[in-house]
Amino acid sequence: MSAPVVVRLPFLLTALFPGAERIVRIDAETVDEVMNALEERWPGMRDRLCDTTPAIRRHINVFVEGKRVRLDERLPPGADVFILTAVSGG
Amino acid sequence: MGVAVLIGSKKGAFLLESDSARRDWRVRGPYCEHWPLTHVAADPTQQTIYATGGNAWFGPAVWKSNDGGAAWTHSSKGLAYPQGETPVQCAWVAHAAHGRLYVGVEPAGLFVSDDGGESFREVEGLRRHPSRPQWQPGGIGLVLHSIVSDPVDPRRLWVGISSVGVFYTEDGGETWHPRNSGTRCDYLPEGERYPELGQCVHNLTLASGHSNRLYQQNHCGMYRSDDGGASWQSIEDGLPSSFGFPVAVHPRDADTLFFLPLNGDTKGRYPPDARAAVWRSRDGGAHWRDGRAGLPQAGAYFGVMRQAMATDAFEPAGVYFGTSNGSVYASRDEGETWECIARDLPAISSVETMMAN
Repeated sequence: MSAPVVVRLPFLLTALFPGAERIVRIDAETVDEVMNALEERWPGMRDRLCDTTPAIRRHINVFVEGKRVRLDERLPPGADVFILTAVSGG
Repeated sequence: MGVAVLIGSKKGAFLLESDSARRDWRVRGPYCEHWPLTHVAADPTQQTIYATGGNAWFGPAVWKSNDGGAAWTHSSKGLAYPQGETPVQCAWVAHAAHGRLYVGVEPAGLFVSDDGGESFREVEGLRRHPSRPQWQPGGIGLVLHSIVSDPVDPRRLWVGISSVGVFYTEDGGETWHPRNSGTRCDYLPEGERYPELGQCVHNLTLASGHSNRLYQQNHCGMYRSDDGGASWQSIEDGLPSSFGFPVAVHPRDADTLFFLPLNGDTKGRYPPDARAAVWRSRDGGAHWRDGRAGLPQAGAYFGVMRQAMATDAFEPAGVYFGTSNGSVYASRDEGETWECIARDLPAISSVETMMAN
């Protein structure tokens, strides 16, 4: 098994899931697999981050090595995955 | 016995609580992590509070509290259209009836939960209606915002979709029928203003104790139906405007109802002459009287949205409305006199009541 990716979750998201951690290590080869793993740990979390297109929600940004990526992005072993809330609201 | 006034706002849910005297009010909130909420409503049989919304970051969800608002959970499990279709943007309205929870969403569709809001499935018959390709969004989008159920027969439901119109089912949602005969579309060319559908219904409610009398606030007029929506009669004569959003009914008297007319769709959408009033009829809409005492009679440039007026179950009944600039007004005497019971809340989208022991 290759090195797990390190996923950082935004506070606003973890606030919706009691017990959720801000930094998670996940065995995943794509962003889509990260989302499924988050769903497995905290049921309902994938719905908060992705719609049924399926796609990452419009105001959620996922960055890997400085690049904004989509669900089908492949992840290098040990990658840092940042999930961020975009500037939004009023 | 007390009452909780449930407030849905742009920044979460608030509860305003009082005893039967309804003189002193306590404000609690905000709840639901500041989510923009379109509706907060109770299932009175379970003392459960539901809140619907759509968050720009996190999408649509239905929140619920089983303990009077102290703790909340959220779910959107099953609240989704099939892959490839435009995703559900917002859970818009909640309606509990006959042990079920119905939720209307944007883009327009109806979902139902049989486990108290933990999971949902679509009532697919509505979007199978052959008119679906013709549905066009109104100013707020293509939104199913009103759900009305027969208190006796669980198979009978009405829904309101802007700007599509009213649909009715009598088989539990398998088949649906437009119910717009007699409601007009002033925004269509002359001679074409009474189509089968395309009406901009704003709010829909059932008269107390009835299974077939409905009241409707439309973009173009106020209406009553005595035959379950098969035909509608205008009841706007005597009102200062044909435009507004909410309609509320008396908890016991089917002939008593309340509208809050705004000055018009092209005139700013605030109370006529910027003087606030709730208009009451005691005879099913034949005659109207304005209640203004205690309401601002100058400089009232607020709006009142489609779900933002409600009544309680006391005798005499309380009437409540919330404004787009965050004030809540209450009447203890069925709309005769008013007082402001909360101000400076976020923009209010909905007002409902829950009676409490």
